[in-house]
Amino acid sequence: MRVGVVTFPGSLDDRDAARAVRHAGGEPVALWHGDADLHGVDAVVLPGGFSYGDYLRCGAIARFAPVMGPLVDAARGGLPVLGICNGFQVLCEAHLLPGALVRNDSRLFVCRDQRLRVENAGTAWTAEFGDGEEIVVPLKNGEGGYVADDRTLDELEGEGRVVVRYVGDNPNGSYRDIAGISNERGNVVGLMPHPEHATEPVFGPGTDGLRFFTSVLRGVLTA
Amino acid sequence: MGRVVVDVMPKPEILDPQGKAVAAALSRLGFDHVTGVRQGKRFELEVPGEVTDEVLAEARKAAETLLSNPVIEDVVRVAVADEAP
Repeated sequence: MRVGVVTFPGSLDDRDAARAVRHAGGEPVALWHGDADLHGVDAVVLPGGFSYGDYLRCGAIARFAPVMGPLVDAARGGLPVLGICNGFQVLCEAHLLPGALVRNDSRLFVCRDQRLRVENAGTAWTAEFGDGEEIVVPLKNGEGGYVADDRTLDELEGEGRVVVRYVGDNPNGSYRDIAGISNERGNVVGLMPHPEHATEPVFGPGTDGLRFFTSVLRGVLTA
Repeated sequence: MGRVVVDVMPKPEILDPQGKAVAAALSRLGFDHVTGVRQGKRFELEVPGEVTDEVLAEARKAAETLLSNPVIEDVVRVAVADEAP
């Protein structure tokens, strides 16, 4: 099982994402933003960071990187894609997921261990969780406020596409406490918190994040 | 050389934390007539020659494709820049 991890100029968490893939039992494959080729990977992670320095809007320039051409086509065709933090912003800018991420309502960069509720354990990236299960993974962002119009939010709720929700204080003003969402098919998931930083007992708040990666491995094996 | 100005503003219904921070600072400085601020972006696109209708149409397309995100922003103006810098 080969999982591609894209590196954009300014990506920070690509190595942690690759390490998480390896811990889950997969083979991480480094993908380069300037190479319009997915090299036959079975899934892709768009990692956190500050691609292109967050210039213009977070993810707005990365969304037009050469690698995004084949990635958008493959995602529409069912390839599992996980966008974490900046990766989530890229997926929204690329219109693979609805809505947008804006500056935190507190105007502060938030960095803390965050409790989340898994609202949909039926996606490619959450199948190893239980519906309603609460987990803790790190959250670190300055522009993590999820916004969309009411119609889109109702649609997401109605179709079970809110994948994870903040529990307790809303850290960034996200509408309806939304921390992560999926596309209709459930193969594309984006979330602001960082599961890749919670995959080893000695680093971070625990190992809850690992199951995002074992989920996709299981799904591909049984597909 | 011609120049096209593109103005982009956050949509009214989207929270604008930057504008709020500026408004709070103005209030602290005693600018009592200001009750609210919204902060947008101005782009100046340089083109080699005269700004024709075709150039303006391309600038509009650029504004919608890359310079703004229609989910959270509105393109409020695409126009030939004034002579003054």
